[in-house]
Amino acid sequence: MKELSLNILDITENSVKAGATLTEILLDETETTVCIVIRDNGCGMTEDILRSVTDPFYTTRTTRKVGMGLPLFKMEAEQTGGYVTVESKAASEFPEEHGTTVTALFYKSHLDYTPLGDLTATVTTLIQGHPDVDFLFEHRRTDGPTVSLDTRELRAVLEDVPLDSFDVICWIEGALREQYGNRSP
Amino acid sequence: MKSLAELQAIKEKMKSKVVLREGSGETRIVVGMATCGIAAGARPVLGKFVELTGSSGLSDKVTVSQTGCIGICQFEPVVEIFEAGKEKTTYVKMTPEKAERVFNEHIKGGKVVSEYTIAANQS
Repeated sequence: MKELSLNILDITENSVKAGATLTEILLDETETTVCIVIRDNGCGMTEDILRSVTDPFYTTRTTRKVGMGLPLFKMEAEQTGGYVTVESKAASEFPEEHGTTVTALFYKSHLDYTPLGDLTATVTTLIQGHPDVDFLFEHRRTDGPTVSLDTRELRAVLEDVPLDSFDVICWIEGALREQYGNRSP
Repeated sequence: MKSLAELQAIKEKMKSKVVLREGSGETRIVVGMATCGIAAGARPVLGKFVELTGSSGLSDKVTVSQTGCIGICQFEPVVEIFEAGKEKTTYVKMTPEKAERVFNEHIKGGKVVSEYTIAANQS
């Protein structure tokens, strides 16, 4: 992937497919590192599946047998000296509190570090594609104030107006770009 | 500053339209957004279709949606167009520039852009 924001988009799609009603995308940047946490309340995975999830030849799809999303993300993190961990609680074992958390650490100074890229486009794309589920996005930065967006707050204002209405999508994109200081990605 | 008051105004404006939107979608633009599509550049292609559909005021007739991997990863980014009463059109190796042409000529003009279809790219 050319940008980490594309990996974030890809990994978050897994959360939506797992039936998550809320997915949190949390980025915490320091001068030298980026920590990315993608946490959902979806159906989770059993330990057996969890063990094989970063294996590129494992996937739940039956059409083909290769799932590249998490393995790619893991490889990109490890290339910088960082890591990816996946924790999960399956709904079958934890009916009260289930879901999956993917945590990644990247070292920014490493030659093989992939830039974060256009996070605004990733968040906007997720909301456009999945207007009925919630996302909490938060990006703590070293070079500016924290950027955040919570679709639950927007939903409270919008009531029954869908989040994927064009005007709303434009507002979301504008609100995020504004928080990023309108700099192009 | 993008305020929630501004969002409130959008809501008021939209409320009257909500009823009209339901049961619509005579034309569906579907963009493949699995790992393969995303890696090949599907995100800006989707963004272009969303932008053009919204800005052209065709949102009541045209819906833009996302789907997973459809199994032709080597052709990503793949865009499928479904129209009531017509055969599905599959566009391959899309870019935002190609998306603009497809939107203008196919979605608005009703004419398939043959050179971007999978049939024209299979050799």
